Amino acid sequence: MSKDLRNPLARARGLGSAKEGVSHWMTQRITALALIFLTLWFVITVLSLLHADYATARATIAKPWNAVLLIALIVTMFRHAVLGLQVVIEDYVHTRWLEMTSLVLIKFIAVLAALTGVLAVLRIALGS
Amino acid sequence: MAQTGRPLSPHLQVYKWQVQMASSILHRVTGIINAVGSLIIVWGLASLASGPDAFGTFTDIVRSPFGTVIMVGWTLNFFYHLCNGIRHLVQDTGKGYAIESFVRSSWMAIIVSIVLTVVVWAYVLTGSHA
Repeated sequence: MSKDLRNPLARARGLGSAKEGVSHWMTQRITALALIFLTLWFVITVLSLLHADYATARATIAKPWNAVLLIALIVTMFRHAVLGLQVVIEDYVHTRWLEMTSLVLIKFIAVLAALTGVLAVLRIALGS
Repeated sequence: MAQTGRPLSPHLQVYKWQVQMASSILHRVTGIINAVGSLIIVWGLASLASGPDAFGTFTDIVRSPFGTVIMVGWTLNFFYHLCNGIRHLVQDTGKGYAIESFVRSSWMAIIVSIVLTVVVWAYVLTGSHA
């Protein structure tokens, strides 16, 4: 008799739980909560800059608090996006190599885009 | 799918249409579109960091008729994902699962996101004449 409740076949194949499900679920919710505030702040900031010229827009983003919140938005947004896209791909892409390629690709794109965004904000904030 | 001969659960075409179906799949669709939209934010910031010429090109595209249509669509897309996301966060606490409130909150997410989109674009379009 097996001592645990797992199917012996699943155990033999090594395809049991990776134990990352809770972390994925929780991170998705926490980033969601943060994004409620960050995105609403961002929308209001953009609306306040509708008729601003280049110098005003740049000076606004360069303010320390705005730069910090913007970097927080960029990092949180892409983290949340990858978690969500990952689940969609896992649910709907049934060709294994296509699924794996898509999962890796969204992570590469998200990291590159996030770094590009953070560098842009730093360049604006530090004035280079 | 493996041909096991076991009974399958009924699928979409068997059920009568209900608003929860729309609110559920729309959350995924709008989430994917928001992920694309986040790239536009990065593009805008990178152009702002590059200089007035690059930023001018960015704002010209965003303010063009095509860009405006994209922005309006993105606004609705964003507000829907926000409203329905808040709905899901509330449901994560175990509340709102009674059928009546589940249906009501589905409609609320849809209606509130449309209202917020109208409010934002009324502000954008009336402000440009001032």
